[in-house]
Parts: sequence; structure tokens; C-alpha cells
Amino acid sequence: MKPAAFTYHRAHDVTDAVGLLTDLAAAGEDPKLIAGGQSLMPMMNFRLARPSALVDLGPLRRMPSMTALDAEAGTLTLGALVTHHAVETATLPDGFAVLARAMRWVGHLPIRSRGTVAGSLVHGDATAEWCLLALLLDAVVVTEGPSGRREIPADELFHGFYATAVEPDEVVVEVRFTRPAPHAALSEFARRHGDFAIVDAAVALDLDGDVTPEQVSGGRVVLGGVAPAPVRVPEAEAVLAAGGAPGPELFAAVADAAAAAIDPPNDPQVTAAYRRRLTRTLVADACAQAAGGPR
Amino acid sequence: MTTTDLPGVPPDVDPDQPERGERPATEPRFDGRRGRWVGASIPRHEDPRLLTGRGRFVDDIALSGMLHAGFVRATVAHAAITELDLTATREVHGVVAAYDAADLALGDIVAVLDRPPEEFTPTAMPILARGKVRFVGEPLALVVAHDPYAVEDGIEAARVSYDALDAVVSEETALAPGAPAVHEEAPDNVLLDVSMFDTPGVDEAFADAALTVDVTTRSGRQNALPLETRGVVASWDARDDQLLVQTCSQVPHQVRTMLARSLRIAERTVRVTVPDMGGGFGQKCVVGREEIAVAAAAQRLDRPVKWIEDRREALTAGFLAREQRYRTRAAFDADGRITALDVDVVCDMGAYSCYPFTAGIEPLMASAEMPSVYRVPAYRVRGRAITSNKAPTAPYRGVSRPQYVMAIERVMERAARELGLDPVEVRRRNVITEFPYTGVNGVTYDPGTYLESLDLAEATIRDEGWYEAREEADRQGDRHLGIGFCCFSERTGYGSEAFAKRKMTVVPGFDLSEIRMDTTGSVVVTSGTMNHGQSHETTFAQIVADRLGLDVARVKLRQGDTERIAYGWGTFASRSVTIGGSAVALASERLGELLCRIAAHLLETRPDNVALDGDGGVVQLDDPARRLPFEDIADVAHLRSHLLPKDVEPALTATASFDVPGDGTFSNATHAVVVEADPGTGEIRILRYVCVEDCGVVINPKVVDGQCRGGIAQGIAGALFEEVTYDGHGEPSAASFIDYLVPTATEIPDVSIQHLETPCAFTANGAKGAGEGGTIGAPAAVLNAVNDALRHTGVELDTTPIHPSTVLAALEGEL
Amino acid sequence: MRDPHLLALTVNDEEHEVVVEPRRTLADVLRHDLLLTGTHVGCEHGVCGACTVLLDDAPVRACLVFAVQAEGSSVRTVESLADHGELSDLQQAFSDHHGLQCGFCTPGFLMLAEGVLAEQPDASREEIREGLSANLCRCTGYQTIVDAVHATACARREAAP
Repeated sequence: MKPAAFTYHRAHDVTDAVGLLTDLAAAGEDPKLIAGGQSLMPMMNFRLARPSALVDLGPLRRMPSMTALDAEAGTLTLGALVTHHAVETATLPDGFAVLARAMRWVGHLPIRSRGTVAGSLVHGDATAEWCLLALLLDAVVVTEGPSGRREIPADELFHGFYATAVEPDEVVVEVRFTRPAPHAALSEFARRHGDFAIVDAAVALDLDGDVTPEQVSGGRVVLGGVAPAPVRVPEAEAVLAAGGAPGPELFAAVADAAAAAIDPPNDPQVTAAYRRRLTRTLVADACAQAAGGPR
Repeated sequence: MTTTDLPGVPPDVDPDQPERGERPATEPRFDGRRGRWVGASIPRHEDPRLLTGRGRFVDDIALSGMLHAGFVRATVAHAAITELDLTATREVHGVVAAYDAADLALGDIVAVLDRPPEEFTPTAMPILARGKVRFVGEPLALVVAHDPYAVEDGIEAARVSYDALDAVVSEETALAPGAPAVHEEAPDNVLLDVSMFDTPGVDEAFADAALTVDVTTRSGRQNALPLETRGVVASWDARDDQLLVQTCSQVPHQVRTMLARSLRIAERTVRVTVPDMGGGFGQKCVVGREEIAVAAAAQRLDRPVKWIEDRREALTAGFLAREQRYRTRAAFDADGRITALDVDVVCDMGAYSCYPFTAGIEPLMASAEMPSVYRVPAYRVRGRAITSNKAPTAPYRGVSRPQYVMAIERVMERAARELGLDPVEVRRRNVITEFPYTGVNGVTYDPGTYLESLDLAEATIRDEGWYEAREEADRQGDRHLGIGFCCFSERTGYGSEAFAKRKMTVVPGFDLSEIRMDTTGSVVVTSGTMNHGQSHETTFAQIVADRLGLDVARVKLRQGDTERIAYGWGTFASRSVTIGGSAVALASERLGELLCRIAAHLLETRPDNVALDGDGGVVQLDDPARRLPFEDIADVAHLRSHLLPKDVEPALTATASFDVPGDGTFSNATHAVVVEADPGTGEIRILRYVCVEDCGVVINPKVVDGQCRGGIAQGIAGALFEEVTYDGHGEPSAASFIDYLVPTATEIPDVSIQHLETPCAFTANGAKGAGEGGTIGAPAAVLNAVNDALRHTGVELDTTPIHPSTVLAALEGEL
Repeated sequence: MRDPHLLALTVNDEEHEVVVEPRRTLADVLRHDLLLTGTHVGCEHGVCGACTVLLDDAPVRACLVFAVQAEGSSVRTVESLADHGELSDLQQAFSDHHGLQCGFCTPGFLMLAEGVLAEQPDASREEIREGLSANLCRCTGYQTIVDAVHATACARREAAP
């Protein structure tokens, strides 16, 4: 389980990284970026991924913007090299506290110490917590490529089964989360703690605090593990939008709507019926946790 | 340090305490003596080096000029090899050599039982595949290169073409009429087929039964999964005229024997040594074809060659275990007493028969021991080993016992349910209580605490309030608690007599020990057993220290070197402390006698007027002021031998062998588990785990606890998590730790352990084995507890591992 | 050797320079180039944690870091824990609690535990258990490892001013 040979190139800034990617590709190489490497390296060790050249973004950790977490006016901006662990230990505004809480589901400390938020998004695993959170909180992935910067909203990012809208010659510069959700939670089920989820669910509730008792007036429901890419579930969100008192009855209705709406994969290890059943459990659980508010 | 300073010292056991039951009619060995060290949780001798990164594992060995090896492996399960072209491999940068079967021309590994052809069919395991491949991962060619990275480049460059054959992937496909044959020698895919016992009265008992239960239990294919994968470094030593094979094996002498045969060289010219070993659990107690191929390459190239199995290989091409199916029919009378047992066992042994145990090991173990801890008046069994296009199997910790215990324990639970009795009560009515007990299987069980352990485990669960908790959960309605038990015994000291009954042609059993004292009064003792986590360096030293009256720090154990130990059977089947530990005890006693003889001569007194003083010396009994420390005696024995008695040879050495007589000894235990089934996910959480065990004299309580806990963790792994499945083409499902679900600290519960001690009468130290029990009891206990949690659903699960989706479907009435 | 790189890194306060192929993992460089064989390799895909080391004080899988990525970094391995042969408090606790049997996973658990305790000095036993679930042990059933780390955490808390 040793990787195939590759050439190694350190990028010194974003422009340099883009230049290296472009030049290597022009020279017939098949370059790939590496930051934390926690998704890429296992695949390379199995030789399931075999880039002929690696461009290392590691030296960019010296640039403050690449590791910064900035919360400002309802937006949280994470530099491209912010690690899961940095988010886990950051003090975030209420609207983004769900991100820190969700980090305990991301692998284990040694993985979180090194793996990056942007890397996880670009890897595009359908159950990756960051992919769900991106859809939940309207993330915008900012990339730089040969033709300059562009912004990819989360709902255009995931193209299914480890495929994303980020082009091979583009470098993620930052990820902006633009929709604060003070009443949000992520819940998941895996056979072992720290594993990739079989199904995971992220929920954000819009709570109308002007009325007493508090009423749900809308929200988001995002699922992983039920399709080749993480998905929002409009049918479940419609139940939230129809409103009601936050409680088991409403949450069960949301969960049922989510379970009914999906068409999950069916494989010998995990059947579609089981994924559907987990969806019901996890959506209801995430709703209940979300209603509990920031903790 | 004295014993009383040490944590975890068990209460003193009165050596005069009467034995439960009678001793078997074999020569009594254990005299009930306790010393200063045995029974104490002393710190492990192994720990300092392992904690500081100074252990020496096989991959830590680096020899000058060393090359690295890897294997081109089959990517299909069953196929004729139409092309194997290593031309491109040999051209890869860094590759030094590449060999196929014809290049190395090695002798096959053939494991044989002394049974008639209708019962056993020997099959050959070539070192590298010839003509056809029989499982995904089978080695086809060996690639040797300057570093492991280049090895993999070379493996990738190999060209292999196949003509695919239908794969045999299950009992059904193996035994179907016209099924493809995995081995020409066994056209029906059956390697062993024995019908045993068929004692009088089986059919009559079923005819007269108040209740007949019929249970089919299955257990998934599991990987023993030592965290250190297999590996070997082989080198030719011209000065010694020897091939030095440093390998992580539980059975170094058997590796040497097979290596010499396969390479067709004198056994003298092979030396096998074993460095620190990162677990084995049985996977390393058979001879691997890779070890032999690498040794052959080192011999050919006259360079050291190292092979370290990677995890993908370990998961797909290493020895697996456990895939068994039992159909158990049991007759009961109206009082819940079992009257007959009729069993059909099929064990899927995979593509090859392992050396030295053969593919018969699992069904023979199951057939011989199936009645377990119960009084079964009439018994019939058919045991079969089938071959399939899956990775071959080795005897994994427990060997069939986790499976047959699961089968019989399911029978007890089923009978209790049918008869409306408490499952513990049904066990009580059937469990063996008088010893020695000779069962319907012809096996004599030495004294144990079958009923006592059951009672204590149940009382513990009851006293802790778990029955009330279960009732409360029932009342609430949305929580599903279950309580499960498993009562079992395990034969631990298999001597040569017991193994010979299996009709092995290679019969393990005895072990040897040699002890030497140096001029400073320290001793080195050898054993043919092979420590790989069991703490032999500590526990054997405790045994020796007590026998000699020597501080335990002055005892060093040496194992794993075929040059130092004339022959040995290594470590498996919980045999080390019982057999190896007895041999070191006897060798120590002989050395003690020698020291006393010399001391008496030097003190100018009668030999019966001296004794070991328990503090590193020999004392004159009628004048305790006259004492000789071992150093003084050793000084004479080595440096002033002219002072020795005329009939005593110089130097201080003694040897001993030990073999357990008759049917051996049985450890026993009861496990009790409380689980909760999650109604939203089907996840099973273990809320409480209690183990009451009896392994005879406990040499080191901390070590025994560790063996129990580790074994239980592996048993839980088999019950709830781990399985290698194969698709219809024979492709294995689990090639990484993403898919092979080894449980972590969050899945394995704390385990509370209580010890009962019934000293074994015929091991020299009173100990029975403790290595496997945990693994044996856990699957049945967990499965029973899960079924108890599901009792309101009417569903009974009889297959492990238990998937949460199955539990959820049961809870939702979909099964 | 394709694309050799001269690599400088500090391991256990000692500076090393070594020429490596870029594909060489940090685990292999530590073990086979620097001969620090205390760090073990158990899966090479980041699950078992036997190769856990501290990289710039954070616990990482050395099999999931290319050595070239560690240029200029500081690495701590199990060999750094004992002081002139005297076991550290954590190592001693592992021995006291029988937190190791075969010892193969042990260096990884020690380095993971140091990482967890640095991160959560006030960790409860259950938090420690969750942190230690990062690594695999096949011998102990984990209970005594959790005990050892928890005992160390408690002792360090008591000793702290």
C-alpha cells in the first residue's frame, strides 16, 4: 500500500499554485492539489488515485487569510486551509455554532488536526459533514483559476459521486457561509464512532420568536448518504415552511416527508429501506436538537 | 516488594481446601503450593521496552543489503491462469527479481489427517499458484526490489490473464450437484466429512421428547486481525550455513519443519527466530506460503529479503476464520432436561487446508466438544469441512467454540422459551455439576465451577438491578432491554494424547524447557511456547521465581528461536501456561534440586538437611544460620568446579518436558450481558458486561483480566461488527478498515470480571488456560441478550454478526 | 528515485536531513530512514492509528502525511516520552493498568493520548474514551487503556497549580 510515484511541487501563494497546476497540465502531467491530504492520501496509498504530480498548499499556511476564521455581518468566512479542528475549537457566533458542534462527527482528532474544510468540500463525499453543512448554511466556495476568481454556491457545487464544480486547475481560496442558523443541528449514524455516516441529516429551523409560544416558520433539511451527492429535501422543508409548534409531532412529519421523498441506494450491506428508516430517525433527531437552540 | 504490597492480589486460597469432585485418574501434579509471586499482579517485564518504542518487531529489522518483497496476487476468485508474464515487472526501476511458481519450484504445503479417504481428502497448497487460482488474493508471483515502493510498481507491471471459472462462494454453491470443484482431489468440495458418536438412544429420545428444538445458527467469516500484519525477514548466513528466518509466527518450529520440507533442505540449515510479535490470535499459528517464498528468494539471491504484509493483503489474503453453519436439533423432557442432541456442522474453510492443523480443525473441534457444559445423554453429529473460493482459514482464538457454544446456548434459550422457563434455570437443570464427568462424547471433564459461575453471574446481574431495569423499560414501551447469558467451558491444555484423537499426523502436545543459572545467580529459562501479548515473560518468570525462591527480576524468559529450543509447539489453544508453564516449573524444580545437592556438599551436610530458602539461597535446615546464596553455589558450579560433588556435572542447567495427559483440562466461565436496542437505528448498545471465569490457579490476575477483556472484545466484534462477505464472483467485501468494522473504544464496553479458582490437578502449576475464553463466551451472550431485547417481537435471531438493520426490521415487525 | 527531495525536519528535538522520494510517507521516513522504529504501521490508510505522532504538537497519522509535507516541522514520536530510561507518567500508567499486551498499537495510543490530554486536560473518562476511539487495539478491549489515560489526566490535574 505505497503510492505510485509523483513529482512534488510546493506552492508559495495562490497564484503560484494556479500557475503550477496550469503548467504541469500543459506538460502532460496529471496534477492534483494536496492540503491536509486526509482524503487523498488513503486513496493514493491504495493507488486508487494516482496523480503524477502533487502541488502542496502547505506553505500557504503562513498566509493569515488561508487559516483565518472571520465572522462578520451574518457571514462566516473560512480560509481554504482552516482545519476541522480549528473550527471545532473556535468561538463562533450563534448563527454558525452548529459548525463547531458538528465537528465531533468528522473522523477523529488526528484526522481533524490535519484535514481541511475546503478539502472536504472539494472531495465531495456524499456523507461528508461539511458537504451537508455547506448546503445547510448556503456556503459559497471561492476559487481562483487561470481566468481569475469565481464563486460557486453550494447548490451548484456537488455533481454527484465525488465530483464537484471545482475545476482541476482551480484553487479554493476561501469558503463563505452566508446563512446563519442559530437553531441548527447535524445528526448521523455510523456503525462505529468516527466512521463515514451511513446516513446523516442536517437541519436548520427558522423559529419565529415574536409569537408565544415560539413557532417554526421554515427551515432547511439536508441529507447525506441517500443519493450520490448530499441533497436538500424540499418536501421536508415544505413541512417546516407550513409552520407549527416545534415538537415531536411536527418533527415526525418533517422526518416522514424526508423519508418519503428520497430514493436512496440499495446495496447488499445497507438496503434502501434501512437508509430510509435511518433518515426518519436522524431528521427527527436533528430537528429536536436544532429546536434546543445553541448549546 | 512483597506480594502484600501489590495491587490486585487475590485472597489467599487455602491449599488444604478440599477439591470439588474427584480428581481424574491421572497423575496428580499440582500440589497446591503457592509462593510469593504466583497470584500477584506484578508489573510486566515486557512493558518498558514496548512503552518506549524499543520493542523489536519484524518490520523493525533492517539488515545490510536487504531487499523487499511483495506478491502478485489473483484478482479473480476461481480461474485458470492463461498468462503470467513478469517481463515488464523485471524492467521496473528498482526491481531486482521476480519469480513465479516454476522459477522457485518449491514443494507444496500439504496438511494431512490420518483418516480414511471417505472422511478426509488431503489437498495441496502450492507456495505460488500453479495453473489455477482459487481465491482473490492468492499469490501468483514474488517481486523483489530495493524498496517496498518499487515492489508495488513491479507488482502493477505484471501481466496476468485468466480463464474464469464459476466461483464456489457458499455452502449451497459448494455442495450443489455439478458444482465446480475448487480442488481436483475433492470433486465434491468436501475436505472432511465425519459422523461421530451416534450413541444409542438418539432417535428414541427424539421420539419420546416433550419438546424438540431445531435451531440453525450461522457465524460470519472473520479476520483474527492481529494489529501487526504477518511478515518475515529471511537471510542466508554463510558462517552458520543456515537460512535465518525471522518471522512473526506463533509456531516457529513448525515453520522450520515446513520450510525445510518445501525447500528440500536439511532442517538443520534453517533457523527460525521470532521477534516481538504484534498479536496473532491464531492467524499466525499456521505456516504461511509467503514465509516460504520469501525464504526461497533470500536463498536464491543470497541477500536478506523482507516481506511485510500490507493491510489490504491481511484483510483479503490472510487467513480468515469462523464461517460456520450449525443445524442443532435437541430433545428435551418436560422438565427442561436435554435428552439428545443431533447436530450437523458445516465449516467453510476456504480455498486451502492449513498446515499443520488441516481443514478438519474446525468441524472436528465442534463435533468433539459440542455437548459443552451440559449433561447430554445421547449425541450424534456430522461435521464437514468444505472448500470454497475464499481466502483460506486458520484456527482463530476459540476455534469453533464460539460457534458451537452459540448453537447450544441458543438451544437452551429456545427450550426455555418454549417451556416457559427461565433460561438460566434451564441451564441449571442441565449443567454438569459432578466431576470428573465423562461425557457422551467420550471426553472426561476435570473439576470446574460451571454451576457456580452461572449462579454468580446471574446474582450479579440481579443484584445490580438489571431485571428491574428491563421490566421498567417494558413498562415504558419505547426502550428495549435484553439480558443474555452464556455458560461454557473450554479445553485448554490439549496434550498429544488429546490431539492424537483428532487423528492429526502432526501431533502437537508436549513442550520443552531448559533453565540455566549464571554465576551471578540469575536465570534464563526457555520455552517452546511463543509470547505475543500474553505476558509470558512475566507469568513464566513468576512461576520460575516461586519454584526457585528467587526474585522475579532475576528471571529472563527466552522463546522463539529454533536454535535454543530443541522443539516446541508454540502458542495457541490456551496451551502456554498449562503446558509451557508446567515445563518451566518442572525445569525450575530440577535446577532447585541441583542447587540443593551442591549446597549440601559444600555445607558438608546431608542432602535432605538443606532446602531452598525462598530468598535466593539454600539453607541448612538444622542450622538456619548456615546458608549459601545462589551466587556462591553458581560460582562453584562454573568457576571452581573442582569443588563440586563428584557425581555432579559443571554448570547449572536443567531441562524438563511436559505434556498434559488424557483429555486435558477445562477452564470455564459464564458471561452475562445487558443490551439495549435502539428503536430508531437498530443499534445494539451494551450496557453491562459481567464475566465470571475459572482458569484454575491465576498466575497474574491483571494478565488474566486482560486476556478476558481482550477476548470478549473480539467476541463482541464477531457478534456485532466484523464480517468478510463475498459476492457471487468471490470478490471479498472488506479490503480496508472502512469496510471491515473493527470496534473501537466507543463500541467495546467495560467488563467486570470475577475469578473462581479450581486448581487444575495435573498441570504443574494448577493453572488452566485463559487465552480464549473471552472470545468464546461473548457471541452467544450478546446474541441471547439481543434476542431477549426483541422478545416482544417474536423474532429470534440466530446469525452473527447482528446487523442493526436486522434489529430495526425486527422491532418494526418486518421480519 | 523519482524527483528526490532534500528534507529537513526536527524529530524529538533533533534535526535531520534526509533525501526522500516525494511519495515516501512520514511513517516510512521515521521508521526506515531515521530508524525510529517505535512508530508502528498498521493499515496505511489512516484508520488504525498505530502510526500516530505529534506533528507540530498535533496528533496526526504518519501514514497520511508525505514526509515532504513535514518540511520544517517538528515531530514527536514515542521515543521522546521517557526521560533517560525513566517512563513518563503516561507510560507508567499504561504499565500499571495493563493498558498494553502485544504492544504494537501502544506507541500510537501513547501519542494520541498525549494529543487528547493536551487538547482536553479536563477530559472526563467518557471524553477520553471518545478521543481514544481514534485508534485500534486488538488485545486489550480498550478498558485498561482508557483507565491509564484517565488516571494520568487525574494525576496531572492534581499536580497542576
